[in-house]
Amino acid sequence: MSPYLQGILILAGINVLAVLGLSLLTGFTGSFCFGQAGFLTIGAYVATLLTMELHVPFAVALLGGALFSALVSIPLGLPTLKLKGDYFAIATLGFAEATRLIVENLEKITGGSRGIPGIPTKTSLPIVLVLAVVASICIRFYVVSRHGRNCVAIREDETAAQAIGINTFRYKQISFFINAALAGLAGGLLSHYVGFIQPAMFGIQKSTELIVMVIFGGMHSVTGAILAAIILTALPEVLRAAAAWRLVAYGAVVVLIMVTRPQGLLGNWELSRESLMAIWNGLKSRFSKKAVGVDHG
Amino acid sequence: MILQQIINGLSIGAVYALLAVGYSLVYSVLNFSNFAHGEVLMLGSYIGFFSLTQLGVPFVVAIVLSVVGTGVIAIVLERIGYRPLRLRSAPLLYFMISAMGLSIFLQNLTIVTIGPNFRTYPDIISTAPITIGDLYIGRLDLMIFGITLLSLLLLTWFIYGTKMGSGIRAASYNMRVASLMGINPDLVVAIVFLLAGATAGVGGMLFGMKYTVYPWMGTLTIKAFIAAVVGGLGSLPGAVIGAFLLGITETFAAAYVSSAFRDLFSFALMILIIVIRPGGLMGVVSQEKA
Repeated sequence: MSPYLQGILILAGINVLAVLGLSLLTGFTGSFCFGQAGFLTIGAYVATLLTMELHVPFAVALLGGALFSALVSIPLGLPTLKLKGDYFAIATLGFAEATRLIVENLEKITGGSRGIPGIPTKTSLPIVLVLAVVASICIRFYVVSRHGRNCVAIREDETAAQAIGINTFRYKQISFFINAALAGLAGGLLSHYVGFIQPAMFGIQKSTELIVMVIFGGMHSVTGAILAAIILTALPEVLRAAAAWRLVAYGAVVVLIMVTRPQGLLGNWELSRESLMAIWNGLKSRFSKKAVGVDHG
Repeated sequence: MILQQIINGLSIGAVYALLAVGYSLVYSVLNFSNFAHGEVLMLGSYIGFFSLTQLGVPFVVAIVLSVVGTGVIAIVLERIGYRPLRLRSAPLLYFMISAMGLSIFLQNLTIVTIGPNFRTYPDIISTAPITIGDLYIGRLDLMIFGITLLSLLLLTWFIYGTKMGSGIRAASYNMRVASLMGINPDLVVAIVFLLAGATAGVGGMLFGMKYTVYPWMGTLTIKAFIAAVVGGLGSLPGAVIGAFLLGITETFAAAYVSSAFRDLFSFALMILIIVIRPGGLMGVVSQEKA
C-alpha cells in the first residue's frame, strides 16, 4: 500500500475514534458538545509529554492521554452537564478555548504556540485500525444496550426519562466520560502520527469539523458517524483542487441536512446481521423478479 | 489607573452589549442561540468597508447601508436556515446545528470570494486621544460608545414603546398564545431578525473601525455571546449588564494579571455565573414540567 493511501487511512481511523464518542454524546444522548478539540488537545499533549519526557512505552502514553482527558471530563461535567442545550454547548466551547489558551501560555512545558516538534512517529496503520474497530464495536453495542437506550430516552425527553427512573445526570456523565476518553486517545494517536503538535491544530475549526461528521452521517447512527468520518477525511484528498470550497460546502450541507433530512446520511440505520440480511433479501427478491421478467419476455 | 481601566472596560463593554442584545433578542423569541450572528456582523463590517472605500460615501450613509444590508441578510438567513425547522417544530438542537452550518458557510464563502486578508478602515475620526488629567479617552472609543448608546436607546424604544415591540415581548413569553391573540409569528420572527441583524451591522462597523475587517471576525462575538449568557439569555437588560461586567472583568484581568490569560477570565466568569445561577444574572430558569 502506498504511504499516501496509508496516511489517509490512518487519519480516517483517528477521526473515527474522535467522532465515536461524539456520536454517543451528541447523537444519542443529545448534549451538543462544541469542545471536542479540547479533549483532543489534552490527549495529544499528555501522550506526547509522556513519550518525550518520561520515555514510557507508546501504549502507556496513549492510555495516559486518554485517561487524563477522561478524568478532566468529570470536574468539567459536574457543573456543565446540568445545563440546558445552548448553555452546555457554549460551556464546552469555552472549555476548548480555555484549554488552548492554557497550552499556549505554559511555554515551559508545552512549547507555547510554537508547539512540540520531533515527536517519534509511532502510530501505524494496524494500531489505528485495531483501536478504531474495537472502539466502534464497543460503542455500537453500548448504544443498543439498556444503557444506550436510556441515553436515547434522555435525548428524546429528559423530563420524561427522569420520571421513569433514569438517572439522567449519571448517563450524561458516562457519555461525556467515554467521549473524552476516545477523543484523548485520538489526540495521542494524532500527535504520534504527525510528529508535531501545536495549539493552532486544535481550534474551533477542529471541533466544528468533528461535529459536522456526526451530523452528516446521521445523528442516530454509529455506522453513519463512522462512515462520515471516513468519507469526510478522504474527500478533501480526492478533491484537492476544490480545497478552499470544502468548508463552504460543509456549511451548506449542514444547513441542507437540517432543513431537509435531519436524520443525516443513514438515519438510524445500523450495520448488523439483521440489517445486512434485510438488504440481501431485498436484492434477492429484486433479482428474482427480474428473472421472472426475462422468462415472460 | 483604576478609573482608566474602568473607562477602557466600558468602551469594550459597549460594543459587547450591542452584540449581546442581538443574541438575546433571537433567544427570547425562538429559544436558541443564533451562532450565525457573528457572521452577520462580519458581513456588516464588509458592507461598511466597501461603502466607504469603493463607493466613497460619507460615514453616516455607510452605517445606514450596513444596517439595512445586515437586516436583510439576517431575515434571509432566517428564511433559509430556521423557518423550515420552525414550521415543523424541530428540536432546538437542530436550530443550533443549522445556525452553526450557516456560520461555517458564510465565513468560508467570504474567505473564498473576498479573500482572507485583513483590511483596515479609513480613518473616520482623529486618533489623538482626549486627555482629562491623567485619563486618556480615545475619540474613536467615545464615538463608539455614543453610537452604541444611541442604538441601544432606539432598540429599547422600539421594544418597549411601540405596538410591534409589545408583540415581540408577548411572543417571547409564549409564541403560541401570542399568535392566538392575533400576532403574526412569522412577522414577529422577521422583525426580531431584522433588529438583531441591524445591531450586528452597527457592531460590525464599530469593530471594523476599532480593529480590522477579516472573514473570521465573527468569532469575536463569542465574547458577546458569553455576555448574553452571563446576563441571562433572552433578557435584554441582562445582556447589557453582562456585557459591561465582561468588558470590565477583561480589562482588569489584562491590566493586573496577564493579557495572555484575558480570555480565560471571560470563560471563567461565564462558568462561574452559570454554575451559581444556571439562567444567568437576569435570566428566567425555565422549569420544565412533565
